[in-house]
Amino acid sequence: MATEKKSCLSGSGLTKVFGFGRQRTVAVDHVDFDFYEGEIISIVGESGSGKTTLAKMLLGLISTTEGDVYFQGQKRDISSQKKKQEYWKSTQAIFQDPFSSYNIFNKVDAVLLDCIHMRGGRKLPYAKKVELMAEACSFVNLKFEELTNKYPFELSGGQMQRLMIARIFLLKPKILLADEPTSMIDACSRATILELLKQLRDETGMTLIFITHDIGLAYYVSDSVYIMEHGKIVEHGSADEVILHPKETYTQRLINDVPKIYEEWDLSTV
Amino acid sequence: MSKVMLEVKELTTKYITRFGEDVYAVDHVSLKVEEGKSLGIAGESGCGKSTLALSLMGYYFAPLHYTSGEIIINGRNITKLDPDDVRKSVLGTEIAYIPQAAMNALNPTQKVINIIEDVVKAHDSSKNKKDIYDLAKKSFEVLGLPAEVLQKYPVELSGGMKQRTVIAISVILGPKVLIADEPSSALDVTSQKMVIKMLRNLMENGYVKSMIFITHELPLLYNVTDDIMVMYAGQILEKGSAKEAVFDPLHPYSKGLMGSIIVPEAGLRDVKLTAIPGVPPNLKKPPAGCRFAERCKYVRPECKASVNLHELEGGRAYRCVYSEDELREAYKNGH
Repeated sequence: MATEKKSCLSGSGLTKVFGFGRQRTVAVDHVDFDFYEGEIISIVGESGSGKTTLAKMLLGLISTTEGDVYFQGQKRDISSQKKKQEYWKSTQAIFQDPFSSYNIFNKVDAVLLDCIHMRGGRKLPYAKKVELMAEACSFVNLKFEELTNKYPFELSGGQMQRLMIARIFLLKPKILLADEPTSMIDACSRATILELLKQLRDETGMTLIFITHDIGLAYYVSDSVYIMEHGKIVEHGSADEVILHPKETYTQRLINDVPKIYEEWDLSTV
Repeated sequence: MSKVMLEVKELTTKYITRFGEDVYAVDHVSLKVEEGKSLGIAGESGCGKSTLALSLMGYYFAPLHYTSGEIIINGRNITKLDPDDVRKSVLGTEIAYIPQAAMNALNPTQKVINIIEDVVKAHDSSKNKKDIYDLAKKSFEVLGLPAEVLQKYPVELSGGMKQRTVIAISVILGPKVLIADEPSSALDVTSQKMVIKMLRNLMENGYVKSMIFITHELPLLYNVTDDIMVMYAGQILEKGSAKEAVFDPLHPYSKGLMGSIIVPEAGLRDVKLTAIPGVPPNLKKPPAGCRFAERCKYVRPECKASVNLHELEGGRAYRCVYSEDELREAYKNGH
């Protein structure tokens, strides 16, 4: 990691309100954060704490009610479709459900070819494109020869999620936002995906924002951790600081909720 | 020795595909659960865990078919029963099943109490509404669910509450064996803990006599069950107490599974997770010999021949050509 931390994405007073009157819900409530380049940042909280809403605002998929997002020190401007597309060139996302992340009519080759074309490789000879695709597939421990001419739904959940990472490998974005990428796959594939995400960060130096409800996963992958409760960030700091020496009772509770094996798991505190 | 609640002998079931191919998803599985004990089943996706759960109920519907073996619940053999008899006298009273997605298990147009009435009346039509309401209220209280839930529609409940409601409904008739198939995998950690606490409560109160808990999360199994069984490609690869299976796994596959455990405890960040490469084999054409051989890093030429389950003292068993000492030696050098 660079000795001098450069801010990649930061926000001040970020707020999102849904509905009005009696239906008014403050999903994200004046959130401030500073994500540095090349770091893995986790956002942890239980269901309904506003993690995904915050993620959607960071991606520019929904508008913000209040507050600003700063991208590489500049105020982010996504007022027009053109500017939005410009912003999306440097941000990518992996979502929870791999089964609904793909266009079901496109074969695996088309998915990966699209990424090459988006990065200015449209004029490359076909053999070179295949080489690039094979390289991306081997990065995620998939064999391109086995995938070619298959549709995404013919793969298992873990393979689909790995193919998603192969896409990211080709696109090389500045920011990758992973929203619960491992919650729908089994523990064994989960280990593979986490290792791949770490490796991807080490190789490309991208900023990885990892959203999860499992504080164990957050501790394993991330450099810094943000804890969210009811739309507010209640605690943040380095992973060791927050998880081994939590200050807030909420953080303490989240840690208690994860099953332990080396220590006694206290079930009385529900 | 306490009473055996569920005994399964060499159970084999298969799926018949559209093209007439046989897929043996449960292949000669034997297990035994005693009164007051719980058994955990671990394994990757697609290893036959859920098919085993469905097969244990003795109620088969296409494409799942019974092939051979016996299921004995509380001394009664249910394998030879007619499907209609199984529904009337086994499901709900002898054996109950908690599905993974509680959201899909509750009828959205019925209040919770109506669903319970349906369940109870199907087994005992003499009960009137008042009795059923009292029964439901009492069991909801014992299980720590508010009684208001009874008058609500499923859409009014949160995911964790729905899952707990489904559990409460499935145990209302006091089953001998409870099969929980990934009851917490769709929930966040806080709701998961409530579900686990409830399952433990059920066992302690004697609402259910024994439990089979299926999940791929090993830390959960370790905290809930007494014994753990590891399944791979329809076969049992290892059996042992929870402590032995987690801290001293014998089979290379179990070893790999244990290597993917993530718990928020000091020292975790320095560990590199050891994921198992590759995917489980296609069960249409299972490999001869050890089914794990092609993903195993300790593979030997003998693995091509068929491998039996070696029974060890104290109820442990594993399926590998290596001897116990050889395996321990290999792990010592390998890590």
